[in-house]
Amino acid sequence: MPTVSVKRDLLFEALGQKYTDEEFDELCFEFGLELDEITSEKEILSREQGDEKAEGASDVVLYKIDVPANRYDLLCLEGLVRGLQVFKEKLEAPRYRRVSPADGGEPQRLLITDETASVRPHAVAAVLRNISFTQERYESFIELQEKLHQNICRKRTLVAIGTHDLDTISGPFTYTAKPPGEIRFKPLNQSKEYTAAELMSLYKTDSHLRHYLHIIENEPLYPVIYDSNGVVLSMPPIINGDHSKISLNTKNIFIECTATDLTKAKTTLDMVVTMFSEYCEEPFTVEEAEVVYPDGRLCVYPELAYRTETLSGDFINKRVGISESAESIAQLLTRMCLRSEVSGEGGLIQVEIPPTRSDVIHACDIMEDAAIAYGFNNIVRSTPRTYTIANQLPLNKLTELLRQDLAAAGFTEALTFALCSEEDIADKLRKNIAETRAVHISNPKTAEFQVARTSLLPGLLKTIAANRKMPLPLKLFEISDVVLKDETKDVGARNNRRLCAVYYNKSPGFEVIHGLLDRVMQLLDVKPGRNQGYHIQAAEDSTFFPGRCAEIFSCGKSIGHLGVLHPDVISRFELTMPCSAIDIDIEPFL
Amino acid sequence: MADTGLLESLLRLLEKVDGGTDSQDVAADLGVDHQVIVGAVKSLQALGEVISAEQKSSKHWELTGEGREIAEQGSHEARVFNAIPDEGLPQNQLMKMPSGKVGFSKAMSNKWIRLDKAHEGGPRVFKTVETIEDAVRDKLQLVQKGQSAKLEDKEKNELKKRKLLSEVTVKSYWITKGSSFSTTITKQETELTPEMIASGSWKEKKFKPYNFEAMGVAPDCGHLHPLMKVRTQFRQIFLEMGFTEMPTNNFIESSFWNFDSLFQPQQHPARDQHDTFFISDPALAQQFPQDYLERVKKVHSEGGYGSQGYKYDWKIEEAQKNLLRTHTTAVSARMLYKLAQQEKFTPVKYFSIDRVFRNETLDATHLAEFHQIEGVVADYGLTLGNLMGILHQFFTKLGITKLRFKPAYNPYTEPSMEVFSYHEGLKKWVEVGNSGVFRPEMLLPMGLPEGVSVIAWGLSLERPTMIKYGINNIRELVGHKVNLQMVYDSPICRLDS
Repeated sequence: MPTVSVKRDLLFEALGQKYTDEEFDELCFEFGLELDEITSEKEILSREQGDEKAEGASDVVLYKIDVPANRYDLLCLEGLVRGLQVFKEKLEAPRYRRVSPADGGEPQRLLITDETASVRPHAVAAVLRNISFTQERYESFIELQEKLHQNICRKRTLVAIGTHDLDTISGPFTYTAKPPGEIRFKPLNQSKEYTAAELMSLYKTDSHLRHYLHIIENEPLYPVIYDSNGVVLSMPPIINGDHSKISLNTKNIFIECTATDLTKAKTTLDMVVTMFSEYCEEPFTVEEAEVVYPDGRLCVYPELAYRTETLSGDFINKRVGISESAESIAQLLTRMCLRSEVSGEGGLIQVEIPPTRSDVIHACDIMEDAAIAYGFNNIVRSTPRTYTIANQLPLNKLTELLRQDLAAAGFTEALTFALCSEEDIADKLRKNIAETRAVHISNPKTAEFQVARTSLLPGLLKTIAANRKMPLPLKLFEISDVVLKDETKDVGARNNRRLCAVYYNKSPGFEVIHGLLDRVMQLLDVKPGRNQGYHIQAAEDSTFFPGRCAEIFSCGKSIGHLGVLHPDVISRFELTMPCSAIDIDIEPFL
Repeated sequence: MADTGLLESLLRLLEKVDGGTDSQDVAADLGVDHQVIVGAVKSLQALGEVISAEQKSSKHWELTGEGREIAEQGSHEARVFNAIPDEGLPQNQLMKMPSGKVGFSKAMSNKWIRLDKAHEGGPRVFKTVETIEDAVRDKLQLVQKGQSAKLEDKEKNELKKRKLLSEVTVKSYWITKGSSFSTTITKQETELTPEMIASGSWKEKKFKPYNFEAMGVAPDCGHLHPLMKVRTQFRQIFLEMGFTEMPTNNFIESSFWNFDSLFQPQQHPARDQHDTFFISDPALAQQFPQDYLERVKKVHSEGGYGSQGYKYDWKIEEAQKNLLRTHTTAVSARMLYKLAQQEKFTPVKYFSIDRVFRNETLDATHLAEFHQIEGVVADYGLTLGNLMGILHQFFTKLGITKLRFKPAYNPYTEPSMEVFSYHEGLKKWVEVGNSGVFRPEMLLPMGLPEGVSVIAWGLSLERPTMIKYGINNIRELVGHKVNLQMVYDSPICRLDS
């Protein structure tokens, strides 16, 4: 969930009202936000880098507010204030307009060349005219781009935003892709020119930019945007040029978004311009820009599309569980920036979805907004009349019953991890990893998560190793799932419910584990015997001490092993005493 | 146990005295060592209220070894005096006597003897008086008879200096009759035996009282794991509420069922390598319900069912990627799809409690795997109010009655609500679960009828267990680093109390 950091006093000033922390927290809760932390730059610095570094830092109170991941329109102070003011009916949601250049001028134009197709094929653009920045507005503008980059833009993989001082460059602009050696420009905040190849190595150590290099690093052509004089605007998604950088004094801003996902690019552009057109000479207007595709197709951006959905008050009432008039529902929706009107017969509501609400893609999203505006906690709680008979999963029912009786038999239940290292299920058990039918994890952060376990035994032995101070004997069991590759399953693997128990003492206690098997079979109502019953017979298994291992058969089918563990297994789990164990599949007993 | 004869002698003695007696006097009277009497007193005490004895300490004077020798044989000076015949004794001969040296100088200073140094044949010792009074011996004999009180402190200290007397502290008992005093001894039994029951002799016996302050002997038994005890209770609650258990025994899931079927877009951050464990072997899932897969693809990339969709290029390769399921909702999706294939829809209530996996940063409260509790209800016309109502009932069974709901975001539910409960201890609202109504874009491609709503909620099993059992570090609860003593000691689980 993205967190937006805003200065409290600035926020309250914009809201035209002072709140106590509790009151503001309450407002957030109602609206679906979370006041996560109240802090200051000084406090953050002192926590992260120590008191010394924090010396002299600002102690202006900051609110850190958690915003739902799909509400890109709340990622900056401007958007938050607009959303809350409309919610509190102190403000009418603004109408965002795309306008042609003043005095009949030509719109800015961005030409996309063929070469971009292989690396980053889409681009959209727009212009903000006669904007007035203050220090705070400027910072918020930069911060919003960063938040969008981290969220909807998926760390710039899907979309990258570039903003430029339009008065320093001249269109038409060209979005193309070139070999890294052929791109050369002075990047943002650097004092000299670099080739794209040099930049990639320069930024290898940059704490911020290095995270984006991988997006184009291995591409033969890098994306780049030029103006008509050959000035580099940006090399997306890495860095802008220094030449066109914006400042506090910038009046006219050219915004481009390059992308691998066109829908997201349009949304991103809409977010930037809807949020900051507030500061234009004519607020909430955005000057159009033209994008020409290689095939000659011409698109005008930003789209700033309004869409109208029609739904009935009855639909909302039935889904939420309230009974409001259509008019009242329209009013609720209007408070959520979804301007709504009741029209015609049957109480149909026309709901207008503004470009800021890209999260509204279905009537159910509108229904949720009505419920939020109504107040979740004002809805009457009622029990559904759904009549059903409960059933237990037979496998879990058997597991529950066996667990109880294994504890009654003097064994204590362990709860071990389903993930472990290859070593745990192979080397330490004196098995070859290839024979284990183990499922392997491709991206483990540590060796603890290399495979899904194929046996419960390693977990139990590790549990004993961690509890060597406890009085002997230690008698442990676990009934849980292991995972095995199985080609007959859609995903190529299946779980298998196993029962495993160990006895750890100064003597191996084979008879104790054998007795436990007899008890388990008694509980499962399987009698000793060769054919219809169960029996054990000598077997060789590398995990066990030679001559001290038997295979367990039930109704003629092998279900597992029991025996005295091999001394090497014992020492590999850092144990010192003899140990016997049983490991059986309980699924045949369903 | 001291012998019964001695005990009874002691009791008879006690019978005769009023107000009690000192164990030292008893020892003197019975002519046995004091320690034996102390043993007898302890034996009698163990019999209950026969006697009462109060320990006290007293000081008294006692002869040293040398003191006893003098009390018997006289003082050294007296022995020297008595050894001298009328005609005297040569000094060198006298000095050879055992008491010679000390006795000579003391007798000299008492002026009982004289030394004639000029006597022919060497120095010779002569008596100067006819008879002597051996005061040292007399005094020691007084002490020996227990009459040390007749001596003055100065005299006693003088004798102590000569190492003939010593002052000793004696611990003794002041013995009085007890509330059930008797001069005969009934031996107390420690335990009831089969023989006593058979013969009826238990009726006459007295039994040694138990020490009820001591702990009992721990039973030799096995124990269930606390997290599993809590799981059992949650299962019970769902069963009480009429919920059927889902088959969640499939840790490996395809991205299709874990994400795509839930209308979670393929670029969603949760599908990142940083959050999810992907499988390298078997890397890809091979079979999908083909028609359904096409509908899922369409709703993601183009929309439909009244939805705008996400409008992106949906890829089967992404859906095929196997992973360790990140939520049991993947199983709910399979179950709802199965339900949709029924000829006629029937309402269902499903639940599951099983492991899920996240490739997250680990800390004191987060592990890479944990148990998710999930409840799902599918029926015609379910409302958001119904979801709140059922959550209220569910949490009431956990002993949580004060609930409120916060709007939230979840890719596959709309509306989505975080469930908060008021924590009396912390005096604030804390999040206890997540809930929502499944999106039509998830349900309709499955083939569920249009009017059917599906409400669901989830929470972790570990968090309520840690709160219930007061555990701060999750590793002490889950995994091999568990503290077995904690498992042994953990009480039964009743979530509503």
